[in-house]
Amino acid sequence: MQDKDLERLPEHFGMVSRRDFLKVCAVVTASLGLPMAAAVKIAEAVASPQRPPVIWLSGQECTGCTETLLRATHPTVESLILDLISLDYHETLSAAAGYQVEEAKRKSIEANRGKFILVVEGAIPTKDGGVYCMIGGKPMLDLVRETAPLAAAIIGIGSCASWGGIPSAAPNPTGAVGAQEALGDKFKVINIPGCPPNPYNFLSTVLYLLTFKKVPDLDAQGRPRFAYRRLIHEGCERRAHFDAGRFALEFGDEGHRRGWCLYKLGCKGPETFNNCPALLFGDVGARSWPVGTGCPCFGCSEKGVGFTAPIVAQASLERFTPAGMPYKTGEGQRVGGGALRLTPPASYPPITPPEGHGPSAATVGLAAGLAGAALGAGAVAAMKIGRQEGKTDDKAGED
Amino acid sequence: MEHAHEPVGGNIITKPFLFLAELALVAFILIIYRYIYGLGAVTNLSDGYPWGLWITYDVLVGTALGCGGYAMALLVYILNRWQYHPLVRSAVLTSVFGYTLAGAAIFLDIGRYWNGYHLFLPWYVNFNSVLVEVALCISAYVVVLWIELAPTILEGSSHPRAQAIRERLERWLPVIVAVGILLPTMHQSSLGTLMIIAGYKLSPLWQTGFLPLFFLLSAITMGFAVTIFESILSSLAFKRPFETPLIAEIGLTMAWIIGVYLVLRFADLAWRGYLGLIFQGNLTSKMFILENLFYLAAFLLMISPALRQRAQWLFVGSAAMLLAGALYRFNAFLIGYSAGPGWRYFPALSEIIITLGIIAVELMAYLYIVKKYAVLTKVEHL
Amino acid sequence: MGLSRRDFLKVSATGGLLAASALSPVPVLAREPRERLPEAVGILYDATVCIGCKACMAACKEYNNLPPDHSTPDSIWDNPLDLSAKTYNIVKLYTNGTGQFKDQETNGYSFIRRFCMHCVDPACVSACPVSAMTKDHDTGAVVYNKDACIGCRYCQVACPYNIPKFQWDQAFPQIKKCQLCSHRLAQGNYPACCEFCPNGASIFGNVQDLLKEAKRRLALTPGQTATYPLHRVDSQDRRERLVTPYQNYIYGKTDGGGTQVLILSGVPYEKLGLPTLPGESTAATSETLMHSLYKGMIAPYVVLGGLFYIVYKNTTKQDLP
Repeated sequence: MQDKDLERLPEHFGMVSRRDFLKVCAVVTASLGLPMAAAVKIAEAVASPQRPPVIWLSGQECTGCTETLLRATHPTVESLILDLISLDYHETLSAAAGYQVEEAKRKSIEANRGKFILVVEGAIPTKDGGVYCMIGGKPMLDLVRETAPLAAAIIGIGSCASWGGIPSAAPNPTGAVGAQEALGDKFKVINIPGCPPNPYNFLSTVLYLLTFKKVPDLDAQGRPRFAYRRLIHEGCERRAHFDAGRFALEFGDEGHRRGWCLYKLGCKGPETFNNCPALLFGDVGARSWPVGTGCPCFGCSEKGVGFTAPIVAQASLERFTPAGMPYKTGEGQRVGGGALRLTPPASYPPITPPEGHGPSAATVGLAAGLAGAALGAGAVAAMKIGRQEGKTDDKAGED
Repeated sequence: MEHAHEPVGGNIITKPFLFLAELALVAFILIIYRYIYGLGAVTNLSDGYPWGLWITYDVLVGTALGCGGYAMALLVYILNRWQYHPLVRSAVLTSVFGYTLAGAAIFLDIGRYWNGYHLFLPWYVNFNSVLVEVALCISAYVVVLWIELAPTILEGSSHPRAQAIRERLERWLPVIVAVGILLPTMHQSSLGTLMIIAGYKLSPLWQTGFLPLFFLLSAITMGFAVTIFESILSSLAFKRPFETPLIAEIGLTMAWIIGVYLVLRFADLAWRGYLGLIFQGNLTSKMFILENLFYLAAFLLMISPALRQRAQWLFVGSAAMLLAGALYRFNAFLIGYSAGPGWRYFPALSEIIITLGIIAVELMAYLYIVKKYAVLTKVEHL
Repeated sequence: MGLSRRDFLKVSATGGLLAASALSPVPVLAREPRERLPEAVGILYDATVCIGCKACMAACKEYNNLPPDHSTPDSIWDNPLDLSAKTYNIVKLYTNGTGQFKDQETNGYSFIRRFCMHCVDPACVSACPVSAMTKDHDTGAVVYNKDACIGCRYCQVACPYNIPKFQWDQAFPQIKKCQLCSHRLAQGNYPACCEFCPNGASIFGNVQDLLKEAKRRLALTPGQTATYPLHRVDSQDRRERLVTPYQNYIYGKTDGGGTQVLILSGVPYEKLGLPTLPGESTAATSETLMHSLYKGMIAPYVVLGGLFYIVYKNTTKQDLP
């Protein structure tokens, strides 16, 4: 970043100094995997006076995803998000309530058709007309279906909004589904699963949208690839223990206390896509994530794993690829393995590696030289024999 | 008999002798290096090629070159061709060196040589192993060869008891000779049997149940060839007349055995259905062709009565036979052997030099003994 | 000069005697192929279950006190390219095309673990001249005794799987190979590779039970979920997994006379570097030949007698001094 670029930005953003703000943008840029120059673009986008509106709908949620955002520290979310975006509707954070807040929502949507970001938190019940979650007298299902067509982008924050989460756990009495399923194929929902998700995954996604005016690369389940491309198993700090076969077998045993792999205690790291080991939680330093504290991951962000698989069951370690899974899995059967891991790492020897010691210039030269010398000597000897024989013949002839 | 042979005489220390001595010295230093740093430090042997130049040349070809004594014993003592008797002594001498140095080379090659004596202890020996048969037979044969050479050495000795011992030995001649024919028959064929257990790792061009027979036949023909070869070279080197009429007959016998061998070899290959492998154009097929071309050359040269009368052609023919037999052994143990794709082997520089050093010692010993003792036939000096 | 009748007879007699001693490949006394020992133990390795984690390699190194095996110039990592004197057990990778699909031959990949197969009729045991390679009478494990070994490396020539490895860089070298953790078996434990395999790709047990388990797996339908035992074939610790297609063949059941290590795979075995072997071990072929020639040393003594007789007759005729 050049100094002249920095001067284009205002000195303060609300209560945040330009310096702190730029630090945030740098962090966000890094976590998005973008080059540092993009930090300026993000800063500019965010700092523009026109704050994009956000409508935050809450369904069957515990508000944990909001809580997780509130605990973001770089920067504090209340100053940044509330100053950078216009949070026009949020059931927990709005000062207003009741008819007032519903009216504010209606007005904001009217005024900002096609320009606001819709965030869905919590699952959406579909059974019995969706009566199991009503806001302002209307089923959440209807609310989402009405609002979605008018939004510029739709983000489902948390596992519940991504694929149903806790409410959808068997027997799923309310028919809870995620936002994508409630809306159908006509809409593309960006899913940020997790229970709760890391706030910086959400924050980065929003800033990306604002800066580049497009959706980041998503995987087949609508999750941004920059955050959900890798299995937790691939990034886990205890991976070396797994690779060496060192497992904690019981909570509190020797292995557990030594920080060994938690796979045998039911860790679902091998089946779960997320970046928890990289970002950690709470900004309190190393090992501030479940596995780091000695608690096996239960796959909170992964459909089919979190709130579905038994917590103590050992994760499937095999890596199926889409083409390798042509078989229908039964109703309620856990989908084994990640769907995206393709080629294994390159650090395996091939079936027939090159081995042994072959010829060198010196040895071939010597061997050839010896062969040549032998042939030469043989030829010379043969000639000499011929000559000596000739002499003897002559002698014999004379007698 | 004492009157039929004489020492060649002359200086032991000549230019060639000194050159050989230098070579032997370098090899000796490398051998010390081998014992300090391990086999990998002086050879290119590896797990895919555990047997390399030393086993193939020093042991296999070396003992085959030492079959002169064996072949001549067959001719003289079994087939009753007493006109060849004068050639027996030098044949035995060559055999003594060939086999003794092959034995030394084995001890150089094995990794845990300090346990070598286990081969002679019945509670260690595994009688199912072909290698046991080879080792025991070769060891016994080395002893027999030295006993067969003893009369020559004892003759030239001034020790008071020397002649008495020599006479005693001569009385036991039939037993010594009989054993000296049985032992090489056993171990030269078993050297071939060694490769049976390698199974598919040896190319079908060489892998066959007839390996023992082929190794035996090639050993006998190499024995004849080395006798002819050595006779001519000695005559040339020491400016003595060629023993052409004598060795020509040996050449003919050799030719017949080559003929039988080639027929059996190709019949076996055809019967097993692998003739096609000869034309694949890879290294093994080319080496197979070369090996049999040498055999064919030797056969054609020796079968012709006219060529057989010329020492020149006897020399070329016997050389061709030696090359054929040597190449057959190289092919069956090294070139035709493969632990799998990806493995390669070519001897290392130090490995080759040590082999050359062993040959140098052999030559030096030969020169010394023929000059000092009555090994070669007496020459009428005109 | 033609051969006289007498010469002809001598030639044929000698030739016959010599041929008898060098002999033909027709087995006169065929050596019976060895049977599986009833209490033999072994390992079932299922390549479709293997995830290539290499915990078995790490465990093997630890429990056999083996040093790291470097194959890169920086010599930091223990990453052997093949079995060696420092590596008794290695996981290799087969890939084809894009290498995307696990346990598929085309455009797929598969792991394959290589280590001593502990043959039923071991060629190395037959080959070793000093009985340094022996087959345990109870467990059937093929074990090496360095105190007997002379370092001739004939076992390396004999083994169809190229398992025994030699310490080329040592002044006092040994042969090194997997011993089926015989030292652990003696203490009532079982091979470390099986104990540490997290997924159940390598399981230990009595070979008859392993054969049954292998047959059970081949009878499963791909796509169904089935339970697979972990660590030992009789373990209560089992896990569910999705069955994937197998090659309909248990490698080691009869290959080369049979082995105590059985392998299952989704990819054809030759592609994984496992040789196609006849049903008879080369040990049986070699020993048959040896026994026909030398059983009880009868033939050699007979030949010797004949030779002595001929030589005696000939030398007395000559009236040699």
